[in-house]
Amino acid sequence: MSSVQIRDVRKSFGNFEVLHGVSIPIEDGQFVVLVGPSGCGKSTLLRMLAGLENITSGTISIGDRVVNNVQPKERDIAMVFQNYALYPHMTVGENMGFSLKLRNAGSDEINKRVKRAAEILALSPLLERYPRQLSGGQRQRVAMGRAIVRDPQVFLFDEPLSNLDAKLRVAMRTEIKELHQRLKTTTVYVTHDQIEAMTMADKIVVMHDGIVEQMGTPLELYDKPENQFVAGFIGSPAMNFLKGHVRVNGVATFEGPNGVKLPLKSAPAGSDGKPVVYGVRPEHFTIADDGADAEIVVVEPTGSETQVFAKVGGEQVVAVFRERHQFNPGDRVKLKPDPTLVHLFDEATGKRM
Amino acid sequence: MAVLAEPVAAPLKRSSLWSRAFESRHFLGAMFMVPAIAILILFLAYPLALGFWLGMTDTKIGGVGRYIGFANFISLSKDSVFWLSVFNTIFYTVFASIVKFAIGLYLALLLNERLPFKSMVRAIVLLPFVVPTVLSAIAFWWIYDSQFSIISWVLIKAGLLTHYIDFLGDPWNARWSVVLANIWRGVPFVAITLLAGLQTISPSLYEAANLDGATNLQRFRHITLPMLSPIIAVVMTFSVLMTFTDFQLIYTITRGGPINATHLMATLSFQRAITGGNLGEGAAISNAMIPFLVAAILLSFFGLQRSRWQQGGRD
Repeated sequence: MSSVQIRDVRKSFGNFEVLHGVSIPIEDGQFVVLVGPSGCGKSTLLRMLAGLENITSGTISIGDRVVNNVQPKERDIAMVFQNYALYPHMTVGENMGFSLKLRNAGSDEINKRVKRAAEILALSPLLERYPRQLSGGQRQRVAMGRAIVRDPQVFLFDEPLSNLDAKLRVAMRTEIKELHQRLKTTTVYVTHDQIEAMTMADKIVVMHDGIVEQMGTPLELYDKPENQFVAGFIGSPAMNFLKGHVRVNGVATFEGPNGVKLPLKSAPAGSDGKPVVYGVRPEHFTIADDGADAEIVVVEPTGSETQVFAKVGGEQVVAVFRERHQFNPGDRVKLKPDPTLVHLFDEATGKRM
Repeated sequence: MAVLAEPVAAPLKRSSLWSRAFESRHFLGAMFMVPAIAILILFLAYPLALGFWLGMTDTKIGGVGRYIGFANFISLSKDSVFWLSVFNTIFYTVFASIVKFAIGLYLALLLNERLPFKSMVRAIVLLPFVVPTVLSAIAFWWIYDSQFSIISWVLIKAGLLTHYIDFLGDPWNARWSVVLANIWRGVPFVAITLLAGLQTISPSLYEAANLDGATNLQRFRHITLPMLSPIIAVVMTFSVLMTFTDFQLIYTITRGGPINATHLMATLSFQRAITGGNLGEGAAISNAMIPFLVAAILLSFFGLQRSRWQQGGRD
């Protein structure tokens, strides 16, 4: 186990820069999730950490050692690939013991460690099978087993759950988190799925277009997104955004499209009349008499909650209710955001106000 | 109760045998197979059977032979030229195949790397395969000529030799010379086919092996070779069959000489049957190749049986 320091790392393919100076401190034993839309550079960063891509500038250190010029096999890291990259001509046991075999470990030692990893991952009955004879979830576990057997400094996961079906993905999510709590090995996990990030991470790093938008614990990111991108990326269904202006006439209000007025707890200093984006999460709407007029467009019950799509001032917003309201399309209701949970962003810069 | 329009009694007229036959799955199935069977019989089974039959006769060109049983084979078994040709064929096949495989694999690995002018290099590698065999054989004939050989000329000009090498006049020189020509001709097939096999290996396997701590050599030994083995088996079977039955190169460069030192079974068969007019004896020599070819095919058949890791899942 060890800490990882990523300092001002840049990556260019030819003249095209894909990472524009990324710095991420990772503490010993932390579970860090790199999350962002495709093409944001998160996988490239992970591959640089693994040593599969060169570092154009900046430094990456594992423990106290700068690893920029260290071969992948000398970095003492284990990686779980998106397609698992299991060796098809080796049994599960051989796959898991391959790295030990290459290091000339004795067969007793290999057997012992493979057996222990197999027990942790419930793979013991499958050790003699070939990867083709396994289901997706089992292959996924073998790939993790291969990483565990090595007892590395750092685990790297590259979108490991994206090839699994939805139900299995949820189960494996828990399994990986449990495994981390048990082994306490520093882990860097790449995903594009913000729910995976929220549920598993000690620390989330939201990346976008080759930069880090925000780092923090899942709830920090949810409660205090630093900019509009993070606000829209974290949370499902996504946060509603309405463009408009702040008006301070005794009480601070937000004046949105077509004269819609929405409540604010307080106006940030000097924001009177400024163009802003008003952000409210779907779960922070209530039905109240002093709310804004809304016309219901679509109602989607999921059982535990109901998603309601409605027009407010001509803009579509989504609200989520755990109560079972009887709504029908075309109904007119009054929607009120909780003013203490509203986010304001500068329209020009997208920064939180 | 209204009577519904009475169903018109279907005219149970007996349709003709012909049209009923075409409604039968079995008859139609057989009909669709006729063209394929006809082609196989005409171009495969008939010539093969004819060859077998000829080998058991004393047919000469222009004459009608009669059945003489295994007399051709018995006389061949006492024929030292025949046994020399068997030795030559095995020698030619073994050495040419081994070297073709080694060079082909090397080239395939090279072409699978990121290489400048890769597509051009690939095209160049394919050249020997594209040139008609007889044409390249004539070129080799000149290269090996006792007076005009470019190899001898260069070596003499470089001061490494004092006299011209007699490539095709000395039995062992001639054997190695034709093996070399065959290698030159056969390498592209091996290289390109193995390259296709290499490209099916997922790069992430190499990355995983790299992270697992494998050196280049270990990656070749533990990933490339086992993953490539099914393709290697196919390529080498074809390579061995094509080399064993080779005719064009030898016939153009040496015609089996000197003193039968490069006669392969195929060229000897042609010489006895067509040039010498003894169709029966020539066919017998050809038939004598069959056990060797069957052995090679059986070897690869058992080698090719999909290993356990390639088989689908079974729970």
